Amino acid sequence: MLTALTKDYPLSPELQGRIDLVLEAHDYDPTQIVGILLEVQDLDERHYVPEPTAYYLAEKLSMPITNIFDCLNFYAQLSDKPRAKYPIQVCNSPACRVNVIDTKRLLGTLEELLDIKIGETTYDGRFTLETISCFGACDRAPAVRINGKVYDHLDSREKIEALLRSLP
Amino acid sequence: MSEMNKEAEVPTVNLTINNIPLKVPKGTKIMQAAKEIGIDIPHLCYHEDQRIKAHCRLCSVEVTGRRRLLAACSTEVWEGMEVHTDTPIVRDTQVAILQLMLANHHKDCLSCPRNQNCDLQQLCSRFNIMESHLPSVVKDEPRIVTNPAIVRDPSKCIRCGRCIRACKDVQGIAALTYAHRSSDITVTTAYDKPMERTDCVLCGQCSLVCPTGAIVEKDDTDAVLDALQDPRKHVIVQVAPSVRVALGDAFGMEPGEIVTGQMVTALKLLGFDKVFDTNFGADLTIMEEGSEFLHRLEHGGTFPMITSCSPGWVNFLEKNFGDFTAHLSTAKSPMSMFGAIAKTYYPEKAGIPVEDIVTVSIMPCTAKKYEAARPEMGRDGRRDVDIVLTTRELIKLIKYVGLTFQKLPESDFDSPLGVGTGAGAIFGATGGVMEAALRTVYEKYTGKTLERLDFHAVRGFEGIKEAEVDLGDRKVRVAIAHTLKNARLLMEQVQKHESPYDFIEIMACPGGCIGGGGQPIGTTNAIRKKRMAALYEIDKNLPLRKSHENPEIITLYKEFLGEPLGEKAHELLHTHYHKVEKEYTF
Amino acid sequence: MEKVSFLTRNFGKYDTNSIGSYMKIGGFSALRKAVAMEPLSISDLIASVKVKGRGGAEYDMGRKLSQARAVQGERKVVICNADEGETTTFKDRELIKNDPFNLIEAIIVAGFVVGATDGYIYMRAEYSCFRPLLLNAIRQAKSYGFLGENILGKGFDFNIHLYSGAGAYVCGEGTALIRSLEGKAGRPRMKPPFIKQSGVFARPTCLCNVESLSIVPHLLLDEEQVYAHCGRGDSIGTKMISVAGNVNNPGVFEIPFGITVREIIYELAGGVQKDRHIRLIQFGGASGKVADESILDTPYTYEDLRGAGVMVGSGGLLVIDERTSVLDFLRMNQEFFSEESCGQCTPCREGNLHIKIILEKMAEGRATAEDIRQMHKIARVMSMSSLCGLGETAQNTLLSAMKVFPETFEVGGKRA
Repeated sequence: MLTALTKDYPLSPELQGRIDLVLEAHDYDPTQIVGILLEVQDLDERHYVPEPTAYYLAEKLSMPITNIFDCLNFYAQLSDKPRAKYPIQVCNSPACRVNVIDTKRLLGTLEELLDIKIGETTYDGRFTLETISCFGACDRAPAVRINGKVYDHLDSREKIEALLRSLP
Repeated sequence: MSEMNKEAEVPTVNLTINNIPLKVPKGTKIMQAAKEIGIDIPHLCYHEDQRIKAHCRLCSVEVTGRRRLLAACSTEVWEGMEVHTDTPIVRDTQVAILQLMLANHHKDCLSCPRNQNCDLQQLCSRFNIMESHLPSVVKDEPRIVTNPAIVRDPSKCIRCGRCIRACKDVQGIAALTYAHRSSDITVTTAYDKPMERTDCVLCGQCSLVCPTGAIVEKDDTDAVLDALQDPRKHVIVQVAPSVRVALGDAFGMEPGEIVTGQMVTALKLLGFDKVFDTNFGADLTIMEEGSEFLHRLEHGGTFPMITSCSPGWVNFLEKNFGDFTAHLSTAKSPMSMFGAIAKTYYPEKAGIPVEDIVTVSIMPCTAKKYEAARPEMGRDGRRDVDIVLTTRELIKLIKYVGLTFQKLPESDFDSPLGVGTGAGAIFGATGGVMEAALRTVYEKYTGKTLERLDFHAVRGFEGIKEAEVDLGDRKVRVAIAHTLKNARLLMEQVQKHESPYDFIEIMACPGGCIGGGGQPIGTTNAIRKKRMAALYEIDKNLPLRKSHENPEIITLYKEFLGEPLGEKAHELLHTHYHKVEKEYTF
Repeated sequence: MEKVSFLTRNFGKYDTNSIGSYMKIGGFSALRKAVAMEPLSISDLIASVKVKGRGGAEYDMGRKLSQARAVQGERKVVICNADEGETTTFKDRELIKNDPFNLIEAIIVAGFVVGATDGYIYMRAEYSCFRPLLLNAIRQAKSYGFLGENILGKGFDFNIHLYSGAGAYVCGEGTALIRSLEGKAGRPRMKPPFIKQSGVFARPTCLCNVESLSIVPHLLLDEEQVYAHCGRGDSIGTKMISVAGNVNNPGVFEIPFGITVREIIYELAGGVQKDRHIRLIQFGGASGKVADESILDTPYTYEDLRGAGVMVGSGGLLVIDERTSVLDFLRMNQEFFSEESCGQCTPCREGNLHIKIILEKMAEGRATAEDIRQMHKIARVMSMSSLCGLGETAQNTLLSAMKVFPETFEVGGKRA
């Protein structure tokens, strides 16, 4: 009953090597776990921290796995569930939303173009639509944030289409 | 500087609470100051043995000149402070907070294991909250029953964080954590895995501090009642040493009151066919464990040898130091030794077929439920201990039958498994197993009679104690730790091959079994200390205080077992341990 | 209207990737000047022009630094709070982006005043694009001897570390920020212990906002007392403000204290889109208070705004035109808090949820007078008894809206 499932080779040697590089860059300092998780998350094409990776970090940093699990679920920019290659973050705060026409058009157009709703991922795993609290681009609205980069003034269907096309 | 002078130097602070002037030492929190004058400020997350959290905000009080209310649990008094605990805003706030909690609490009080023993229920009753004016927002989550010991019910959780603190700060484990935020915040395990697939060792300290029914022991009282009512079954019960100094708490008696006699009467009135004493099992454990230690001393073996009677500790070692199982004594715990004898020697002696015997044990412990379920603890497809009840479950049974416990006459344990020595009695306190073992080891090794039986160096509430015992031609260095946080420190020495000790006693729970995770709700360190004193009182007053002098033990070896560590003893009274694989190995 | 540029005077004047370029326009001369001064005279200078914390709490900056200096303790820490999570607030973004070296210089000066050994910049994940900029600035400052040991030969040792948030508004709160810096989920803790005595890693800590710090080097070099001559009354100097919402020209502006709200909205921010009417203005982000059009001629100062029932706070102004109803705005604002409460303390966790439910009920026309009373009571209990500033201020918007727009909360034509 107390025996846990053991999964052999839960991490590939390449991934393990890349995680170790991140850990080294942070001096294996457990207090830097938030920054570490942000970087490790981007090692995965789906921009999340898979469970085995979290356990690996816990072991390497001599930190309870619960602390990592808590961080992954507490911080909006971290995820323990697979996202798309391009998670598209749309601001959900009043400052953007009161520009009704723009935000409605932006979200509506995105939903239409991608054929998904908020919280969903496209079939090919390329795009997830997410809402997020203010990311400080109120003056550049309508804007989205994708993998850390802000794409602003998306005030026409053409611009939104061009953006989606531009992502490799 | 003398102690008295030091005390005189502690500066005091004058304040008023509800216009009543009082003087308290500087550094006192409002909550304690109020207690001084008999005011109990309501609280839920606050627990006297834990660091202050100030999460529930129920203890918010008004302080003149402050724009906001202050949390009485976390705010130190200051000179001239004027506290009000009964103004309309304070009451409004406290009632509103309770109502907010209630709206997010599964209110099936009647079928809750903590019914009538729930802090939230008591406070709602105190504030005369008949209904919440708010819509229920409680998420419909099922009870989590995945192991034999601990049951979680997230729909009862008020997110006070006491369990998290007990797990992390007392045990150093951190199997429980907060996760998510805002109204999605939960208290859970990593990846919401069942407790047994986390670092949890089922010690139950979380269940002891939970103010509601969110974390409770797995209730097995029905199984006991069923057995008791089955005329074909011969139901015998054993009671752990620490239960008799804790049980009275639940019946309005003074903490630490020794209620052995009433407890035996209650068990007989409940319908148990025989009421036996785990102290007998404890004496047996000393015989085997003491002999094992002497054997290791004389013939070589793994040192330090470490006790193995605390199941939370055994789970901890198996999970965290799985390569060091050889250090554990192979001797089974008193409960399991008793169980083995109860399913072999006893049926023979009593002339009752073993299949008709049901063995019940009353333990201060939730992890014992798991220990009893280990496949090693049984034979021929039968468990040695069929049902384990915690002290809390026994309290329920006594109340269920309607006994006025405090007025019960006293009775004696039954024979032949009912005699225990003082050595067995002190098993319930941290340091007790070591002291019991030393009494026997000393006499067996030296062949001399101990002049003074009390080993004061191994007694007390300190986290880690150590002592050196002179066995004549050699000295033995021993250490005693309680709580797994302290156990980890000793094990890290072992891991680095730096442990200076020959023999280590470890108890998973603070204070040992007297502070076990299955003890009555409300167990605090102050109460643990009283129970500890009571156990030493029992020991002091017993005619026999050394395990090897227990006449029933002597008979048992003569009639049945042969020699300690002998073939039969080995088969019945010793066990082995397994390294538990980690969730992932890298 | 006269354009001021005090805090923004370096904007566009140097290559933000080059310390040499920064030094050509006088960079690090403030630090040189500072280390030759008595530390407390620097905090006195800041106090003399009444600089208040620009993150939103409006605490006296000079006093904060002198108190931090007075705290006994080893290895003190200065934290630059670059979490800027308040909605409609993006002024720190501009300061980091356009003048990163000034910020680094400011943190070093603050470290010198406080007697700290380490500076931490805690920057929100949403600004991660500026990490390379700041990391480069730190590295160059180090190679020029402005960071590290024995800075400018004055025996002052100081280093700066850049930490990242990961998307949690509550981490702008001091104790939550510290927990996050320590590698935990950013849930606030109770005070005491106060940050100044026991902050990050239990070290004495002085926590300042990006803008509050950024002023310092400029002040040190302000021989002509340009700053002191700006402003109105006790609100001396200039302020960075962020204006957004239904305006034609949203953005960050440096203003002298004392210009009117009308000037801000109609001159700097280009007026309301399509000349619509203003429904409301929210001052200081999601936790700020609201006003209606009647505030337009109020001078933008700490005192005047307070008199008008709002606060400067983070310096954000969200202008909302007539298309959005007060109730719809409140629902959006409430969604923000229902997402961003840390969930730890009862009033904030449960209160935000229930207020959200009641606002939804209002929107559906199902709310009763009793609901409105409950909502008011919960909002009050939250502000009176929550653990941290988030819970305390989360209902500022609602409570002020109940005062300014009572008609929104009428049920069946009656005031609740």
